[in-house]
Amino acid sequence: MALSINHNAHTGALPDFRNLGILLRILLIVNGAVLLAALLQVQYLRDWPRQITGNAALVEPLLILSLLVLAALGRALQRLPYAVGAAVVLAIEAGLTAVLHYASHWLLMVDPASLTRWLVVVLLVTVMLLAYFDLRGRALSPALAEARLQALQARIRPHFLFNSINAVLSLVRQQPRRAEAALEDMAGLFRALMADNRELAPLSDEIELCRQYLDLEQLRLGDRLQIEWHIDKMPGDALVPPLALQPLLENAVYHGIEPSETPGVVSINIYAVRDRLHVVLRNPYRVTGAHHGGNKMAVGNIRERLQLHFDVAAELTTRVGDNLYEVRMSMPYVKAKR
Amino acid sequence: MNAAPLRVLIVDDEAPARSRMRDLLADIGDTLPVAVVAEVATGREALEAAEAGDINVVLLDVRMPGMDGVEVAQHLQQLERPPAVIFTTAYDAYAIRAFELHAVDYLLKPIRAARLQEALTRAAGTLTPRAGVLRELQQAPRTCLSAAERGRVHLIPVIDILYLRAELKYVTVRTAEREHLIEESLTRLEQEFAERFVRVHRNCLVSRAAIRGFERIGAEAGEGGWQVLLAGLEERIPVSRRQQHIVRELAR
Repeated sequence: MALSINHNAHTGALPDFRNLGILLRILLIVNGAVLLAALLQVQYLRDWPRQITGNAALVEPLLILSLLVLAALGRALQRLPYAVGAAVVLAIEAGLTAVLHYASHWLLMVDPASLTRWLVVVLLVTVMLLAYFDLRGRALSPALAEARLQALQARIRPHFLFNSINAVLSLVRQQPRRAEAALEDMAGLFRALMADNRELAPLSDEIELCRQYLDLEQLRLGDRLQIEWHIDKMPGDALVPPLALQPLLENAVYHGIEPSETPGVVSINIYAVRDRLHVVLRNPYRVTGAHHGGNKMAVGNIRERLQLHFDVAAELTTRVGDNLYEVRMSMPYVKAKR
Repeated sequence: MNAAPLRVLIVDDEAPARSRMRDLLADIGDTLPVAVVAEVATGREALEAAEAGDINVVLLDVRMPGMDGVEVAQHLQQLERPPAVIFTTAYDAYAIRAFELHAVDYLLKPIRAARLQEALTRAAGTLTPRAGVLRELQQAPRTCLSAAERGRVHLIPVIDILYLRAELKYVTVRTAEREHLIEESLTRLEQEFAERFVRVHRNCLVSRAAIRGFERIGAEAGEGGWQVLLAGLEERIPVSRRQQHIVRELAR
C-alpha cells in the first residue's frame, strides 16, 4: 500500500468490534446512559439503585448479545463498504431486539414496553454510537499521518547524524572497509527511518535495525557503550510498530552513556509470555546530568503509535531508579503471516 | 613571518573525532604548520596538558561527559598565558546560537579543512574569549572552581567546598583540607550554585550538604544569634540577623 499522507484521510470503516477498547467504550457509554436514565425515572434518590437494576435487566441481555454477535462478525463487517456495514449493524440490532422482545414475552412472561418503542430507542442509540466511532476515527486518522511525520523528525537526532558522519570520515583513510560497513549501516537505518511506517512490521526487522544503529554508536563511543542482549526467547515473528525500539535505544545512549565518563551497559530484554510480548530496556542514568529535553518526545511518540495500533491492549511505562532508567513495553503478541 | 608551528591541543571524548582532527591538521600542514602537542579525551586531561605544554590553540569539543567544553575554557583562563580556544560541536542549537551571539569561534563537525585553517589563522593572533562571555555560554553549573596557583590551575571540585566567603577583592573557597582564593563574585556564585549553597551571611555561602547543625551564641548578651556547624571544620560561621529564618528552615 503506497499511500501518500494526503490519501491517509479517514476511510470510513466500521469500528473493529473485536478490539477491547471499542467494546469497553460501548459498554461504558450504554451503561452510563442506563444510570442517567434511571436517575430521571425515580422520584427519590434512594430508589435510584433499584431503578438501575431494573433498567439493566432490560438492557444488559441485548447489550451483551449484540457485542458477542458483532465481535463474531467483526472481520466480515469491516470488509463491507461503510454504508452497507452500518446498515447491516442496524439490521442486526433490530433483529436482536425483536428476538429478545419475543423471547421475554413467551419465556419469561414479562412484557416490557412495546416492540416499536424498543426498536426506535435501540436503533437511535446504535446510530449515535456509530456516529461517535466515525467521528473518533476521523479525529484519530490524521494523527496516524502526523505520527508518521513526527516519527521522521523525532527519529533523526541531528546530533547523531553529524557525529556519525564525522566518525565515518575518520575511518575513510585508515580503515576503508570499516567505513564501508558503517555507511551501509547508515543507509539501512535511514531507509527504515524514511519508509512508510504505518503498518506493523516483524520484530526481527526492528532488531536488525537496532543492531545497525548500535554498531554506528559503538564506532564513536567504543568501550564506553556496552550492550547486553537478552533475546533468546524473543519471538522474531511478532508484529510491532516500526521504530518502536530504535528511538528508545537512541535515548538510552544519549542520556545514559554519552554523559558518563565511565562505561555503561544498555540491556535489552525481549520475551513473550502467553499471548503478550514484553520489551524491557535499561540504561544507567544520573539525574544530576545537565542533559535536557528530547526524552519525553520519543517516549510519547511511541506510546501514541502503540495506542493507534493496539488501543488499550498495549502499554509503555518508564521508571527512574537508582542510577537506572527503565522502559517497559508490552503489547499483544500478533504473529506475522508468512 | 612566523616559522614556529602553531602548538595545538585536541580535546574530544570520541576517538574517531580526534583522529579526524589530526588528519585535517596534517592536511593543512603545508600552508599552516601545526604541531599537535597532545590529544586528550576529558576536560581534566585538557587542563593538565595545557599546564604542561606551551599551547597556542585548544580545539575543544563542547559536549563531553563530566566537565564540558565551556567549563574547561573557563578554567583555562586561570593559566598565566591562556591559549586561544576554538570550540567544536556536531550539533547543539543552543550552543551555536550562543557562539554566534558572542562572536566566539567554533567549528561544526564534520569539519572542513578550509574552515579549520581559517579559524586557526585567526586564533593565532587573538586571545581567548572573555570570561564574561564564557559565563554566558555556561548552561549547567560548573563541576569545579579553579584557582591560579604559581602558574598552574588548581581545580576545586564543587562537591568538596564547605563554604565560600567574600573578602575584599577575592572569594575564599574553604574545603576540609585548605583554603583557596578565587577572583569571582559571590553573587554570581550564589546564582550558579543555588541548589548546593545557601547564604547565611551577607558575605558567606555555605554548602547545604555540609551543615551539621546550628548553635546559639551570645545568649547572655541578649543577642540570641546563631552560628552554623559544618562537617569536618572547627570554625563556626555566624548567621546574620537577616538570614535567621534559614535556621528554622534547615534545622529540620
